[in-house]
Amino acid sequence: MKIEQHHKPYIFGALSGLLLTLSVAFVGQFFGTSTTFPRAASGLVQAFGVDMSQIEFYTVGGGSNTLASFPNWQLLFVIGIGIGAFISSKFSKTFTVEKLPSMWVNRFGSSTRTRIAYSLVGGSIAMIGVRMAGGCPSGHGVSGVSQLGLSSLLALAMFFVGGIATARVLYKGGKA
Amino acid sequence: MILVFGLITGTLFGIFLQQAEAIRFERQVGAMRLIDMTIVKYMLTTIVVGAIGVYFLRDMGLVEFAPRAFSLGLQVIGGLLFGAGWAIIGYCPGTSIGALGEGRIGAIWPILGMLLGGLIYAFLYPAVQQYIAPIGALGRVSIADVLGVSHWVVIAVMVVGSVALFRFFERKGL
Repeated sequence: MKIEQHHKPYIFGALSGLLLTLSVAFVGQFFGTSTTFPRAASGLVQAFGVDMSQIEFYTVGGGSNTLASFPNWQLLFVIGIGIGAFISSKFSKTFTVEKLPSMWVNRFGSSTRTRIAYSLVGGSIAMIGVRMAGGCPSGHGVSGVSQLGLSSLLALAMFFVGGIATARVLYKGGKA
Repeated sequence: MILVFGLITGTLFGIFLQQAEAIRFERQVGAMRLIDMTIVKYMLTTIVVGAIGVYFLRDMGLVEFAPRAFSLGLQVIGGLLFGAGWAIIGYCPGTSIGALGEGRIGAIWPILGMLLGGLIYAFLYPAVQQYIAPIGALGRVSIADVLGVSHWVVIAVMVVGSVALFRFFERKGL
């Protein structure tokens, strides 16, 4: 079965919407990924023997932001995304070992150090923002807007406003 | 059992994301540079089909849900911050894991950055709750509640708007 590339976002988008519906129907679970990051981070810190159990963030919701909530649906969902992408890329022969994205290299060069510095700063900003907003493109974007949440629509719009403005500064005028 | 469902659902989602190429750095940053609308097509299609699906289930009395709480302060400030970070790293939390799965080993750096951010947020959390969360807080409201119309009216508008946008993208070759 050969599907033309420009139809794929629509076809696999529709399948993802169907998958979301089935997940809600059978398990009551909407998609979301981002809370898994602070949970995992708390576990890493704990592994180094730092006790942060008294910090408010880790006491709210009966410890739902800590490692104690693992394993849960969302952790397995996140791991699944990695497995699914691996299987899919192997089957379609698109699995590619790549250290730096080509668009990044064209603009910022091939220094791994530069990418690490930007990634740590950018990744931190992204995760702080996403937890503040209350969801990521999956949690707010897909799941939240599907529920017609006003919060999710605003968050999704702001993701793109912030993203487009920042991309303009980072990649000013440059071609792909 | 719920864990097995999580793994199966995640795996299928990962396959769909990979097939749509929505997990690629170039597709995500391409959308923010307004040169490649792949992820917008993918997301809007998922949202529209998902909205029809979950509201059908709710109208049948099979499920209950309430949208996430609205706070002008949290969604505007948090959303803009996320957008800025997203443009820098080129992945969102879910797609970073997917990118790693399809061999983009460089995605490990954004993942580490996001783990670091998750830790930093723990310390910011009390101030965020105290000063930012109350700004324009409306509770768990939906667009249909605010407009005072049926959810099917909102969904119909979303369908028409998305199709119009898709036609525009295809005409422009985006």
